[in-house]
Amino acid sequence: MTPPVIEARGLVQKYESGRSLLKPGRVVRAVDGIDLAVRPGEVLGVVGESGSGKSTLGRMLLGLESPAAGKVLFDGAAMPAPRTDEWRRLRARMQLIYQDPLAALDRRMTIADQIGEPLRIHRIAEGPELHERVAALMARVGLRPDQADRYPHELSGGQRQRVVIARALATGPKFLVCDEPVSALDVSIQAQVVNLLRDLQEQEGLTMVFISHDLKVVRNICDRVAVMYLGRVVEEAPSDQIFTDPRHPYTRALVSSVPKAGQGLAGRIILQGEPPNPAARPDGCAFHPRCPLADAACAREVPALERHRGRLTACLKQRPVAQTAA
Amino acid sequence: MTDLTAPLAAPGRLTRLRRAVPLLVLLSAIWIALVILTAALADVIRPYPITQMNLSARLVPMGTPGFPLGTDELGRDVLSRLIQSVRVSLVIAFGATLLSAVFGTTLGFLAAQFRGWVEHFVMALADFQAALPFMIMSLAVLAFFGSSMMLLVGLMGFYGWERYARIARGLAIAASAQGYAGAVVQLGAKPSWVYLRHILPNVASTLIVSMTLTFPEIILMESGLSFLGLGVQPPETSLGNMVGFGREYLTRAPWIMLAPSVVIVLTTLSISLLGDWLRDRLDPTIR
Repeated sequence: MTPPVIEARGLVQKYESGRSLLKPGRVVRAVDGIDLAVRPGEVLGVVGESGSGKSTLGRMLLGLESPAAGKVLFDGAAMPAPRTDEWRRLRARMQLIYQDPLAALDRRMTIADQIGEPLRIHRIAEGPELHERVAALMARVGLRPDQADRYPHELSGGQRQRVVIARALATGPKFLVCDEPVSALDVSIQAQVVNLLRDLQEQEGLTMVFISHDLKVVRNICDRVAVMYLGRVVEEAPSDQIFTDPRHPYTRALVSSVPKAGQGLAGRIILQGEPPNPAARPDGCAFHPRCPLADAACAREVPALERHRGRLTACLKQRPVAQTAA
Repeated sequence: MTDLTAPLAAPGRLTRLRRAVPLLVLLSAIWIALVILTAALADVIRPYPITQMNLSARLVPMGTPGFPLGTDELGRDVLSRLIQSVRVSLVIAFGATLLSAVFGTTLGFLAAQFRGWVEHFVMALADFQAALPFMIMSLAVLAFFGSSMMLLVGLMGFYGWERYARIARGLAIAASAQGYAGAVVQLGAKPSWVYLRHILPNVASTLIVSMTLTFPEIILMESGLSFLGLGVQPPETSLGNMVGFGREYLTRAPWIMLAPSVVIVLTTLSISLLGDWLRDRLDPTIR
């Protein structure tokens, strides 16, 4: 098996909130022990509700934040500390695509200047060559040549996201993290941008981590999906398995929430209880207060991510199934 | 009847200029240009040396042949002194405004970049500066070191820096936390690249407006110091200096004070109007 492009080992990220002189702050474990590996050319989807630690995971995989514990390996080498020269050089090989393209672009710079910026920062191209490469990049993401001198606010949301994608691809990176790349776009534009990302991924053989809460989009583009709940992966499986045969009760609820044509709302699992608060993690399985299958054992024991039938699931109720299958 | 089929004449150069620039802004620009020209050519266009006294023509009113703006109590030509004052005050005000903008913005960016104790230190310094009456600090410094042009510019350069520091720090943090600056850091740019090519152009409009506010304040501050006798020293003259000394003859010879006052008002007003218009022009999003 080919070695993974990016690998996370026991990744933990903690944030402290509300600290004052007199009382210590509450520690929020945004990401709580994640192991992941993405092979070359693979697209890994990361899904979960807001606050489940998806974006934090993405930022740690890119080395934008140092993890509180655990480590990230890129091409088998440890991630350098943020904002060092080595870290800056590595930016040419891994890039991030943002949720809000308007915020990610400088509104006082023409889009051609912004697309060419990584090439100038990493001293890859200058002068006429830079101009040529920018034109080529714009054509590849489907921007017209006459838009080169426009400013970000003069473009539509979809076009802005194309600019962000072109900028991310300028240095020919190998690994891309897409953090909710289409959730700020109109539904009619979403498909175009997702198709563009998929085409580029296939042409370039990009390795991608695709963070989203939109399961339709994830199903469209991802080879493998990791479902996160309160900072932990609760299920990880190839994309088609997750959608046809979800095992973890949380994944089941998520998958059942995707509307299907002609089926109405029948068979939808509506989760009870409050959305999780990462600052007050329940004992035992974090999902047990909302889980339809939970019993007394679930409130005591923290389920580990265990392999069964080609997938990983963290649920006590799946354990007997896993053992009989093994 | 006019011939409606005649082709419309292409707008001339003046018409095009008028469409691009509002009249008031145009007038302000002309005034500022005039003031700068006066300051640059002061030695040439001055009719008399500023210290030349004419005791037979003391307190001559405006419009007297040979003395278009009249003379003061020592028979010195007000026009000549005004021209010299414009030069002195402009050098102090421009120099000090630039100094305080550069100093404040640099400290603000440093605070935003390094956070932690650097930020605390800069902000404590800014609070200290804001809490301390500037006049008292200036008086103390000038009383100790005596007054010289360099010292005066340097001292005035401390005026208002805390505003630039606060603005620059706030905007830089907002830009870095999420948005374009964070995105450029993520592309692998060094901090100098991020601050000079992205954050500075983006905060420039706010800083320019702040500068147009500081500029008149510095002119007035210099006037105040000169009035108290600690600013520009006679026989050298400045706008504030002239107003200060002219005050004694306010009822008998108002022209001594009138001329520099009008120049102060028009210059500060022009700078404000021009700065406001410039800010709008520099922002591609509201063009």
